[in-house]
Amino acid sequence: MSHHPKGKLRTDLNPSRLLTFKIDDRDVSAREDESILEVARQNGIAIPTLCHLDGLSERGACRLCIVEVRGVAKLLPSCVTFPRQDMEVITNSERVVNYRKKILELLFTERNHVCSVCVSNGHCELQNLSVELGVTHVRYNYLYPEHAVDASHSRFSVDHNRCVLCLRCVRVCDEIEGAHTWDIMGRGITSKVITDLNQPWGTAETCTGCGKCVQVCPTGALSEKGKSVAEMIKRRQFLPYLQMMRGRQEESWQK
Amino acid sequence: MTLNIEDLHQIAKIEQDTQQGFQHRINVCVAAGCLSCGSGVVKDALAREVGKRGLDNWCQVKGVGCLGLCTAGPLIALEVGGRFYQGVKVADVADIVEALGASPVDRLLYPDDSAFFQRQLRIVTENCGRIDPERIEEYIAESGYEGLYLALTQMTRQEVLGQVTESGLRGRGGAGFPTGLKWTTVAKTVDSTKFVICNADEGDPGAFMDRSVLESDPHRVIEGMAVAGYATGASQGFIYVRAEYPLAVKRVRMALSQAERMGILGNNIFNTNFSFNIKVRLGAGAFVCGEETALIASIEGRMGRPRPRPPFPAEYGLWEHPTLINNVETFANIPPIIRHGGKWFAGIGTEKSKGTKVFALAGKIVNTGLIEVPMGMPLREIVYEIGGGIPEGKRFKAVQTGGPSGGCIPQQFLDMPVDYDSLMQVGSIMGSGGMIVMDESSCMVDVAKFFMEFCMSESCGKCAPCRVGTRQIYDILCKITAGGATTEDLATLEDLCDLVKHTSLCGLGQSAPNPVLTTLNYFRDEYLAHIHDKKCLAGACKTAKEVS
Amino acid sequence: MKEESATPERKSASAKQPPEDHRLRMVNRTMQLYRNQSHALIETLHAVQESFGYLEEGVLKHVAGTLRVPLSRVYAVATFYHSFTLKPPGEHTCVICMGTACYIGGSGAILGDIKEKVGIGSGETTPDGKVSLLVARCLGSCGLAPAGVFDGEVAGKLSPDNVIDKIGRWR
Ligand SMILES: Cc1cc2nc3c(=O)[nH]c(=O)nc-3n(C[C@H](O)[C@H](O)[C@H](O)COP(=O)(O)O)c2cc1C
Ligand code: SF4
Ligand code: SF4
Ligand code: SF4
Ligand code: FES
Ligand code: FES
Ligand code: FES
Repeated sequence: MSHHPKGKLRTDLNPSRLLTFKIDDRDVSAREDESILEVARQNGIAIPTLCHLDGLSERGACRLCIVEVRGVAKLLPSCVTFPRQDMEVITNSERVVNYRKKILELLFTERNHVCSVCVSNGHCELQNLSVELGVTHVRYNYLYPEHAVDASHSRFSVDHNRCVLCLRCVRVCDEIEGAHTWDIMGRGITSKVITDLNQPWGTAETCTGCGKCVQVCPTGALSEKGKSVAEMIKRRQFLPYLQMMRGRQEESWQK
Repeated sequence: MTLNIEDLHQIAKIEQDTQQGFQHRINVCVAAGCLSCGSGVVKDALAREVGKRGLDNWCQVKGVGCLGLCTAGPLIALEVGGRFYQGVKVADVADIVEALGASPVDRLLYPDDSAFFQRQLRIVTENCGRIDPERIEEYIAESGYEGLYLALTQMTRQEVLGQVTESGLRGRGGAGFPTGLKWTTVAKTVDSTKFVICNADEGDPGAFMDRSVLESDPHRVIEGMAVAGYATGASQGFIYVRAEYPLAVKRVRMALSQAERMGILGNNIFNTNFSFNIKVRLGAGAFVCGEETALIASIEGRMGRPRPRPPFPAEYGLWEHPTLINNVETFANIPPIIRHGGKWFAGIGTEKSKGTKVFALAGKIVNTGLIEVPMGMPLREIVYEIGGGIPEGKRFKAVQTGGPSGGCIPQQFLDMPVDYDSLMQVGSIMGSGGMIVMDESSCMVDVAKFFMEFCMSESCGKCAPCRVGTRQIYDILCKITAGGATTEDLATLEDLCDLVKHTSLCGLGQSAPNPVLTTLNYFRDEYLAHIHDKKCLAGACKTAKEVS
Repeated sequence: MKEESATPERKSASAKQPPEDHRLRMVNRTMQLYRNQSHALIETLHAVQESFGYLEEGVLKHVAGTLRVPLSRVYAVATFYHSFTLKPPGEHTCVICMGTACYIGGSGAILGDIKEKVGIGSGETTPDGKVSLLVARCLGSCGLAPAGVFDGEVAGKLSPDNVIDKIGRWR
């Protein structure tokens, strides 16, 4: 459905070939081009994810979806790993569960997530993940970076303090809207999402004001102005639909 | 113009005759190290002096690549007599020319350090410091491009792959992946477009092997790449060089245009139906671009962020086509392997690590510079015999190999053979060949902090564990060196290292904790001294106690 | 764009164009060399950096338009790679190597001294615009550690004192 990894990127995977394998000791069947994550979800097995979003290309970046595969030393991100016949996947070993918690804690230390005053309080994916994974305290030091809020756009605003750098905004704006207003500047811990030439969003000429980025943002980083906390629920039903309808063939900018 | 073997031999013969026509040859190192202390003007002055005395037909002055003893520059080698002059100034030029054929100029003589040269085995660097890297004829005179000729005219692709596999050559870029296997994989893919990329990004800060090879003998790498193109079925190559190496870039470009002009690159090379071209692409200051998928992204004009593998570049690489990526030194080993056969190469080195390895020796060591030794040489021999030991009578503490992805090897392993597997066993890696020696005045926590700062600022920021984890680890190391850390911080440090190592997306994050882990393992007392006694055993850190 | 490449270079250069145009011509030539394909972005930014000394915003827009690369992507690439700078450099530049060999050799202390006595850190320029400080990761002159580059000239075996002295002579 999404073009990475199922478009041209994995021409070696044949959608008409079927296979069976095991997830958490359950026998499951899959098409060769379905990721472990997809198959798990079809079978009601939950794997936490953050950078993945149905309808967008995969990045394999947040590492929350890591799973163990029997006989493989490395932990594998289930959103970009494909099953093999008779593979045995373990999604909930103590080892991966602990690693996921720690990664989530790191994300909380990276920016200033003060949920009590956030527009997304109550329907934030980061918050939900911490409940799901049972993160009750953060063992690492908070980095307290200084980030501003950009409210220059007439309808939306961006608060970098809440950004987790999942780059869903970058991908939806490029792959679905076709505007490519967003991208990511810098590198490492100093990375930041930007609009056009790192200018106020309101002055970005390329933005069509479609609001897709706001809808896909997992946290309160991107929000609609004038909406109360209760109204700030993100709507994404459009995504897989648009993806399918547009069936973009050309290469994605965001690999 | 298409060459055949007679043409090659003819060029070689003319060149050899010209060389032999001279009674004396003065080789001036014009690689970056010596050039930065003024060897360029020395070379010109020498040529002028020789000309002035009308000795042009008697003595040749030529610029050559790195002679290996880079601290002593500007360095000059006299081919007759085999002596070296160090720290040569323009003012010395008259004396040098005067002394030709008589007794050497004593005040300039490099102390006759036979161990430095005799313990080395030069395959990759066989021409370094001997030929003028800016003239293709000199390379051809040293059997250059004969390997390519052999491969194209007398061997099938399969036979070339067979020789490379038989040689046991492993990738010199760090991980030591079997080169024959990689080539065979690319050769087996079905695609009419394939690419060969030479990784000359050399990001390890403190390593300069690849730079030296490109500056001193660029044709060797080009020949290796062309052979790879033939064996894998690729017709386009790229050399990705870091922009910080302007001289290497210049020499490679020069070498490429010479090879093109002779028809050694281009269409129907040596009258066969094999065509191959090479382009240069510049890096732009990002260590992570040494990682193969990031490197590909960078050639495609994007940010160098790695992507999850599989698919591997061998199947799905540059512009979605099968792509072979090898290191500079890996390619530089190919021409002799083709000329002498895989079996010859496999006879050098150890059971699992064949051939030689070039190292850049630096840090607290007498002979800083470039060396090449057979795999398996004991570390002690490298440090004390070739390297000449530790200066100023200080005590040896550790050797760091593998740069930011490697580790610190303590005294107790000095007798360990240097090969891929032994290094791995002690927690380090071969890496690309940087070897930094540290003495008692280096604080190992500070060294770990240095490398973590490097990884933090070179992290591409794509995956969460590496992006945030390296910063957290760095913060704790700062706290320790400042004397403000507790035992809990040490536990958190170890926990974070484990997390980053096992959950990061690419090799940068996965190996970033290595310098911390090895120093924690072998020099834990230094960590504890900072934490409990607020004291730096090496006296390098200003801890809280000492500041107050 | 294509018209421009058809006109002979030398003629326009001798017509005493303002220097700005001449610099842009170098950039355009690079892009034409790659037939304005988007993968020429990094090579083009090298050309901009070389001819302008930094990446000027107007030029970035021009490059984005010509190569048909989104603006935010151009900015992203420009800030991802450390070889590129977005601010004009000072009159003189001093690069200090912070590679392993130089660090072990004491380049950290040199940076500390520059910060203390000249008041600039890596990537900064003195308020009078005279001196910029940059940090490099290995210049390949590890044998001469600690090494640095002063206005394009590599110098080895540096000490805090002789670096401060060299910088002092520029001001
Ligand atoms: C962060 C990182 C940096 C790397 N830097 C280099 C480099 O500077 N030069 C290099 O040859 N290989 C480097 N590598 C290894 C390459 O990814 C690749 O394995 C290598 O070029 C393959 O060539 P080989 O098989 O000849 O060793 C790096 C890998 C990682 C993960
Ligand atoms: S509102 Fe639409 S066009 Fe504007 S940045 Fe968001 S996704 Fe892109
Ligand atoms: S703004 Fe939102 S969607 Fe964009 S990277 Fe940040 S958290 Fe993700
Ligand atoms: S491990 Fe580090 S360098 Fe590699 S992809 Fe993740 S953030 Fe980037
Ligand atoms: S969801 Fe798989 S890595 Fe983010
Ligand atoms: S640079 Fe001259 S000897 Fe190495
Ligand atoms: S570490 Fe400074 S020149 Fe190599």
